[in-house]
Amino acid sequence: MASIAIRDVKKNYAKTQVVHGVDLDFASGEFVVILGPSGCGKSTLLRMIAGLEEISGGTIAIDGTVVNKLEPRQRGCAMVFQNYALYPHMSVAQNIGYSLKVAGVPAGERNQRIQAVARMLELEHLLERKPMALSGGQRQRVAMGRAMIREPKVFLFDEPLSNLDAKLRVQMRSEIRKLHRRLNATSVFVTHDQVEAMTLADRLVVMNGGRVEQVGTPGEIYTRPASRFVATFVGAPAMNILEGTVERDGLSLLGGSRRLATARVGLPVGTKVAMGIRPEAVRLVAPETAGALKATVDLVEELGAGRVIYVDLDGAPFSVMTSEAVHPEPGSTVGLKISPDDMHFFSSETGTRLDVFKASVPEPAL
Amino acid sequence: MVERTPILNFFTHLILFIGFVFCIAPFVVVAIAASHNLKDVNDVPMSLLPGSDFWVNIKTAWTTADLGPKLLNSFIVAAGVAAGKVIISALTAFAIVYFRFPGRIFIFWLIFVTLMLPLEVRIVPTYAVVANVLAPYQAILDATGLSWLIEKVSGVQVSLNLGLLNSYTGLILPLVATATGTFLYRQFFLTVPDELTEAARMDGAGPLRFFIDVLLPLSRNNMAALGTIMFLWAWNQYLWPLLITTDQSHAMAVTELKSLIPNVGGTPEWHIAMAGTLIVMLPPLIVVVFMQRWLVRGLIATEK
Amino acid sequence: MEKRVTFASWTIGILFAVPQLLLIFTFFYWPAGQAVYWSLTLQQPWGGGNIWVGLDNFRSILANADYWNSITASLVFAGISTGLAMFIALVLAALTDRQLAGSRLYRVVLIWPYGIAAPALAMAFRFILAPEAGFLAVVNKGWPGFWDPGLDGADAMASIIIAFSWKYVGYNFIFFLAAFQAIPRSLIEAAAMDGSGVIRRFWDIQFPLITPTIFFLLVINITESFQDSFGIVDIMTSGGPANATNLMVYKIYSDGFKGLDYSGAAAQSIILMVLIVLLTIVQFRFIERRVHYR
Repeated sequence: MASIAIRDVKKNYAKTQVVHGVDLDFASGEFVVILGPSGCGKSTLLRMIAGLEEISGGTIAIDGTVVNKLEPRQRGCAMVFQNYALYPHMSVAQNIGYSLKVAGVPAGERNQRIQAVARMLELEHLLERKPMALSGGQRQRVAMGRAMIREPKVFLFDEPLSNLDAKLRVQMRSEIRKLHRRLNATSVFVTHDQVEAMTLADRLVVMNGGRVEQVGTPGEIYTRPASRFVATFVGAPAMNILEGTVERDGLSLLGGSRRLATARVGLPVGTKVAMGIRPEAVRLVAPETAGALKATVDLVEELGAGRVIYVDLDGAPFSVMTSEAVHPEPGSTVGLKISPDDMHFFSSETGTRLDVFKASVPEPAL
Repeated sequence: MVERTPILNFFTHLILFIGFVFCIAPFVVVAIAASHNLKDVNDVPMSLLPGSDFWVNIKTAWTTADLGPKLLNSFIVAAGVAAGKVIISALTAFAIVYFRFPGRIFIFWLIFVTLMLPLEVRIVPTYAVVANVLAPYQAILDATGLSWLIEKVSGVQVSLNLGLLNSYTGLILPLVATATGTFLYRQFFLTVPDELTEAARMDGAGPLRFFIDVLLPLSRNNMAALGTIMFLWAWNQYLWPLLITTDQSHAMAVTELKSLIPNVGGTPEWHIAMAGTLIVMLPPLIVVVFMQRWLVRGLIATEK
Repeated sequence: MEKRVTFASWTIGILFAVPQLLLIFTFFYWPAGQAVYWSLTLQQPWGGGNIWVGLDNFRSILANADYWNSITASLVFAGISTGLAMFIALVLAALTDRQLAGSRLYRVVLIWPYGIAAPALAMAFRFILAPEAGFLAVVNKGWPGFWDPGLDGADAMASIIIAFSWKYVGYNFIFFLAAFQAIPRSLIEAAAMDGSGVIRRFWDIQFPLITPTIFFLLVINITESFQDSFGIVDIMTSGGPANATNLMVYKIYSDGFKGLDYSGAAAQSIILMVLIVLLTIVQFRFIERRVHYR
């Protein structure tokens, strides 16, 4: 168990900077997930913690010790790789025990620990097999075993579930979670899959373009996204965004074709904002309902438990998620009801969250 | 695929069969000629039914050319060259693929250039070097004034001399000194996933451990391929052993073939010559037959 | 191509490169340098002084009709044997690639000749092509004097070309077959769906896709024809008759070690090296082309 302190960490490749001054603190025993689209620098950050990547600027400290110059083996981290990186010529037992062999642990003790890990991961009957003869899920377990056997202070996961099929992924997710509860080692898990991120994380770090966008619990990230990027990246289908301008007694949307009446506005008149609303927060109503926005149905996506209705709002695409048994025909008109409590506002310029605006909405006034 | 091309199929079979006959015929002719006696082998046309003197001829060729020790020499040299290449090339390829030391590119090119010029082309000066393998170093010491310095300081005159003519070392080392194997390994190392290297680093393995525990075991196919190619190549060397083995004790089997025929103009005793040829071509043929998979794989890899 | 992941410390890297570097310095660069030095000087064999003569050695070689004859012979040999070996191998590989019954046998057997030492196969062919005993003697019986590599330069050249081509058909076959098999099956099937027949497919799809291999083999065959020919020439013709088969490497050997003219041999070596380096540069250009290809 160990805490990790990341201070102003940067990474450059030749001329391009891929990580721009990241500051993060991970508490001991915490399960942190770093979420972001590909190329956002999340894997690079993880690999800098592991010692696989040179740190261009700033410091990383594990348990208070700056590890910038330490070799991977001296940092006390273990890593599970995306494609598992099992040694193809070694048996499962040899793969799991290799780090102990390198460290000079005597064969007897080594075997005991291999057995213990194999028991925990239910790999006992596979110990003599080569990785080639294993299924994807089994390889994944071996990769985990290899990390676990060293009893590391820190577990690093680099998109370890992305090569598995959907069903196995769900299963492995809960297994990882259970293992973490049992071992209670600090874990950093990198993924681009938001469901994975939400379900696994104690705390979530959302990254974009080499910067940290937001840090928080999955709940916080979902309910109070700190930026337009986080708002649209987390949640599926993605949050609807409508561009608008602040007016004296409300908001003009979609280039003025729609108006949203609100009592007071905490921002200067004329400020450009982006209003966000999650599809699952929109209610479908009859088109004639007072205060409802009228829209034309484009497409209905059946999900079984619910459906996503894609509509056209004066040329802007907009989606609604509903669990009600409604099946509007494409081309028909529907009414959308939005509660001000569910609205998120972001600066059109910087994309950051504008809480002042929302707080100034006293009551539903659509 | 459903495709009916009877005429084309007929010609395909015909041409392939002709090719097969031309490919196999020399082996058959040599074997049959080796079974005739002096009179039968010179018959025109020679009978294609095997004669009865096969073992007699083999025995005569064996003793005339003293093939026993020569085959052993060939084997030692071929195995030595194969082993040397397999080991040294692996070390070099590891160095140029997995490290970023200054001058790496320069070293890469130094090695690459050796691919271009085969031993046959630079045979004369290489011979001189092997006559005294330390001559280059003596020349460097002389040119830099170091030998003068050493003589002044210690009173010892520096005279490096180590002749490798008529030695296995002299036969083997110059044949090892080219880059074919290095590039074969390099191609292979470049296909080894980076994650494996990183996993080894996370497991605490340094470069040496990674090389021995991971890279070499993964290179087994590559080693077999390279070993096969180099064994054949060294076994079949002719010009080099011809030059540097003036003494029979180190002569190789292939060069001894010449002792079975008289100089140009004379008519050889063909049945004996063919028996000798058969003996000499058999070991590499066996290697080709049994190691075909590796041979083909290794050769193809040189194209990349 | 470069590795993304490398090791930080250099010591092992440099140490591992040392044996190879020592070897190539001692047995490659030093001799090559010596060859340049000798080619520019005149020296007594094994000892005595070197006299600087500049390009005189080259001038005298290039003024020598024998040398030009040797170059011509080498080029004729290289051209014909390469063409022959590659054409036959290409046909055989294309047909084997059709995967009709028995193709596995051809795949195995056609490679055998490549394993045979040049002098050994030369010996076999010297017998097969002997004017007095082998098989062409039959022709000679009905048509006296038709074939005699011992007297007729063209016959001698034909003999060594046949012997060399026989060996390299096997070598080229390996590469051509691999190249054909590397062509995705779906490509052939797509062409068949487009209504193209076996022969049409060969010219439209397969042949264009293996041109890189053709270029590669062209260079290798020519280079090998310079070096691997030595054993064949030495056993079959000893450069004769009347220098008709005195190929470049054979001439270097006979001038240097039999004639003890080291400076002349060194100058010839340099010319040969330059020739081969030029060929290699051609190969490099083709590699660049291939990169665009894929």
